[in-house]
Amino acid sequence: MNGDPKITVALTGKPNSGKSSLFNRLTGLNQKIGNFPGVTVDKRTGICQLDDHTSAEIIDLPGTYSLYPRTLDEKVVAEVFTDPKGKFYPDKVVLVADATNLKNCLLLLTQLIDLRLPTVLALNMVDLAAKSGQSIDIKKLEEQLDVPVVMINARNGTGIEKLRNILVGPIKPSAKTIYKSDNETRPLIDAIKSKYNLTSDYEAYQFLQQAENLMFLSKEDREYIRAYAKQNNFFVHKYQGAETVMRYGFIQDLLNKVILRSSNEGWKRISYGIDRVLTHKVFGYIIFFLILFLIFQSIFAWAQIPMDFIDSTFAQLSNKLDEVFPAGPFFELVSHGIVPGVGGILIFIPQIAILFAFISVLEETGYMSRVVFLMDKIMRKFGLSGKSVVPLMSGWACAIPAIMATRTIENWKDRLITIFVTPLMSCSARLPVFTILVALIIPDYKVLGFFNYQGLVLMGLYLLGFLAALFSAIVLKFFVKVKERSYLIMEMPTYKMPKWSNVGLQIVEKTKTFVFQAGKTILAISIILYVLASYGPADEMNAAKETVRKEVEGQNISEQQIQDKIAAYKLEHSYAGQLGKVLEPMIKPLGYDWKIGIALVTSFAAREVFVGTIATIYSIGSAEDQPTIKQRLRSEVNPDTGGPRYTMAVGLSLLVFYTFAMQCVSTLAVVKRETKGWKWPMIQLAYMTTLAYLSAFAIFQLLR
Amino acid sequence: MTPGETAVISGFSDDQISVKLLEMGFLPGTAVRFNFTAPLGDPVCVSVSGYDLSLRLEEASSIMILN
Repeated sequence: MNGDPKITVALTGKPNSGKSSLFNRLTGLNQKIGNFPGVTVDKRTGICQLDDHTSAEIIDLPGTYSLYPRTLDEKVVAEVFTDPKGKFYPDKVVLVADATNLKNCLLLLTQLIDLRLPTVLALNMVDLAAKSGQSIDIKKLEEQLDVPVVMINARNGTGIEKLRNILVGPIKPSAKTIYKSDNETRPLIDAIKSKYNLTSDYEAYQFLQQAENLMFLSKEDREYIRAYAKQNNFFVHKYQGAETVMRYGFIQDLLNKVILRSSNEGWKRISYGIDRVLTHKVFGYIIFFLILFLIFQSIFAWAQIPMDFIDSTFAQLSNKLDEVFPAGPFFELVSHGIVPGVGGILIFIPQIAILFAFISVLEETGYMSRVVFLMDKIMRKFGLSGKSVVPLMSGWACAIPAIMATRTIENWKDRLITIFVTPLMSCSARLPVFTILVALIIPDYKVLGFFNYQGLVLMGLYLLGFLAALFSAIVLKFFVKVKERSYLIMEMPTYKMPKWSNVGLQIVEKTKTFVFQAGKTILAISIILYVLASYGPADEMNAAKETVRKEVEGQNISEQQIQDKIAAYKLEHSYAGQLGKVLEPMIKPLGYDWKIGIALVTSFAAREVFVGTIATIYSIGSAEDQPTIKQRLRSEVNPDTGGPRYTMAVGLSLLVFYTFAMQCVSTLAVVKRETKGWKWPMIQLAYMTTLAYLSAFAIFQLLR
Repeated sequence: MTPGETAVISGFSDDQISVKLLEMGFLPGTAVRFNFTAPLGDPVCVSVSGYDLSLRLEEASSIMILN
């Protein structure tokens, strides 16, 4: 020991009790986000200097009402607290309680006491409780629970110093026992307790209750305990209900003693007035859609400026590196593969930051639960939940932050379906592809004087994606089977002002998660695609310059045009080019040739790459030059028919293909992260590609 | 029950959901108030043990009340 002993402190408590605010208070920017092993639950940890000699690793556990999990995230809590040998088993526990609603918060505390965990009760929002005419006898509360109690205000920092001091000193577990086994359960508890060498009765009881959730037990042990419980008539639900009633009995007794003056304001709340407007039949929806509109606008408009900046910075960096570096495959990989790859990850940051700024404000104020309240019934018809609304709508801007936002959906099935259908919402990356193709094939005239025909088609494409998402959700509803039932037992917190530092930290956290966890996959795949598009069989690639120069000999064209032609030749003969040709027989029924095939292959990384690839392959040089691209595409001839290549049928078929196809590596990487494995992203890729292929096929065959 | 009405909980008709409801403070013998419904009639907002919750009708209907 070098004078800096480190202890582990777990923060726990029910959702909305101010746990995150306290965590941010204690750790500041010293936070790390990881995963609990084996599950997709975010593990937030941070370091807190308790005094000159002691620092603590603070673990922020998912908010929960009791040890019995209702969501995937909450399973972690029971696991952490019942595994004394586990990596995350805390030396000390801080239970954060909302003083305005103490009864509910104490349920988990009584369970921790029974597990013999050294716990501190941190009473948050005491000021609010006092305002509503309620004061708490802290001394008596400490006495009755045999647990140290400290009053804090996580929002302004009052009492944090005191909490730190308590955590430095020794904390002994409470001597109270709240759960008492009865004649039916006692023999079972004793048997499990001695078999697994457990310290408390309640730990053994937890094994019996939910062995299947305790992943630190071996598979055999879990099965053994389950079978044992079943054989001996251990009725999980019955006992759990009885336990909860017993605990609330204790808590009610306790509150009768410690709450000095209970208010008699009864059911009246200021929040009701606000609710009357925000959940109104008409205004409720109008306000909600206005807020949604604002979110879109900001993602579209405000994010564009930093995105363009990132884009041009990386393009310049790439060019700079070309000048500085000597020629060679390694340096080209760096300047044309890795640098644009990193740029391709960073470019999403503005959208992610803006979306999560809004989402966390909505959550902090308590409005989010009203959105769920408003939309739940409609969304359930489609196999989704009220909590799917915001992620789905955000998908119109970008699927990456949208899929990350599905975290708020507790039920796994609802969340999975939402993740699955979100990429069908037409994101902003489809826009460049849409605009160039729509401009190419749809005549530019006005309907009824002001409706722009091209605009109508564009809107139709968005609508098409939206309908496909809803339809897919209905289909998926029948295929995804999960054991857990869908609940919506959700607290409606009172409205309050957001705490801006929490909003800021949430933005930082989400951005970090994206960059470091999804970023790896995105970078790897963009490098692979870069290699595919730049390398090919050696002799053909090496001969590119001479072949092209020979071809153009005698023709009067500029050096720039020759360079463009060389680039086109190289792309045609690269592995990606070869792949495009291999694909040709398959995509011919959709009306595409191998040139479009190459664009399909390269734009697998990201849809907007389509435009750049088309520019290269038709040797246009710059993708910025949209009128030139349009001109060139218009004059492209289909050798089979002698007519133009890009007919109405081909154009529409391509548009529909891009509406439905997955074509986004980053989305796949995020889905992989959120679903913990390649299974769902692969199913999603297969489903969307099939849907895209079949629809494009149908369109082309019908229209040609 | 109609919005604004208060009643006393007597029990539950669904074992699985009752466990969750108990945890949230829906204890037999406590008062529960039906505040208002969502615009489409489902879910509903209720008050129990001094705070507000939203429940789907399916969940709310598993709560039995004395009357």
